[in-house]
Amino acid sequence: MAERTVPTRSQGEIPKSREDTRSQQRYIAPPVDIYETPEALVVLADLPGVSKEDLDVRVDKNLLTIHGTVSHGVHGDLAYREYELINYFRQFELTNNVDQSRISAELRHGVLTLSLPKAEEAKPKRIEVRVS
Amino acid sequence: MANWDPFEGMDVLRREIDRAFEDFASDTEPFSRVAFLPGRSPRRYPLINLQEDGDNLYVEALAPGVDPDSLNLNVVGNNLMISGEKQRTPQQIAPEAFHRSERASGKFVRTIGLPVEVDEASVKAEYKNGLLVVSLPKAEKAKPKQISVKVS
Repeated sequence: MAERTVPTRSQGEIPKSREDTRSQQRYIAPPVDIYETPEALVVLADLPGVSKEDLDVRVDKNLLTIHGTVSHGVHGDLAYREYELINYFRQFELTNNVDQSRISAELRHGVLTLSLPKAEEAKPKRIEVRVS
Repeated sequence: MANWDPFEGMDVLRREIDRAFEDFASDTEPFSRVAFLPGRSPRRYPLINLQEDGDNLYVEALAPGVDPDSLNLNVVGNNLMISGEKQRTPQQIAPEAFHRSERASGKFVRTIGLPVEVDEASVKAEYKNGLLVVSLPKAEKAKPKQISVKVS
């Protein structure tokens, strides 16, 4: 799977300066696990701090995009910091073997589970061997 | 050169430097800026942010994919202990079925020293979107006191 980790600027916007051709926001690529089952390809991505409403998962042609905006409550003054929540972005190119109409996504405890069912023709087929 | 703005120039330079370091970091690991991986990361797990207001301390821990039932919180004296387990996948998956394996998993324990005494009985915790937020009310004697100045 080919992939990209930073969004490109959409076409309508005009860059302000030569250096500024990408979105000002900062992004990190979420770590993913991808594994295969007989029926589907499963993608797991760690997206802590992203709620269901702020997660954008889309498939455009063969491009799967995961875009998450983080939010966390501010409770008081920051006394000590070890991490920073940064928006997530990652793209994967899908092959034709994925049935794009049946892709399903679930977000649970900060982990996104994407199920990419294989197209019928890509599933393994068992061939009967006849003994004559 | 009619409207040269030195601050704009500095901003561009700063972004340029940021990007250079970002590229450097991304060569080694794509997500080195947030190490939320138990076991694999050389840093402690889970990573925490500590926030504070007049009455409470708030510990926010970055722990995606942890089964809430496995989370255990203990407050002893000035220490908060967080332990739990992050499951890798819902079911057992054969190692050869993995195309990519970047997330880590396993059991973790971390003890956090708190800066002030807390009221152990009324500690609350919430786990949402992979973030654990522990609210620790400060003990009465640790709360800041307003001292009025009398004018004589």
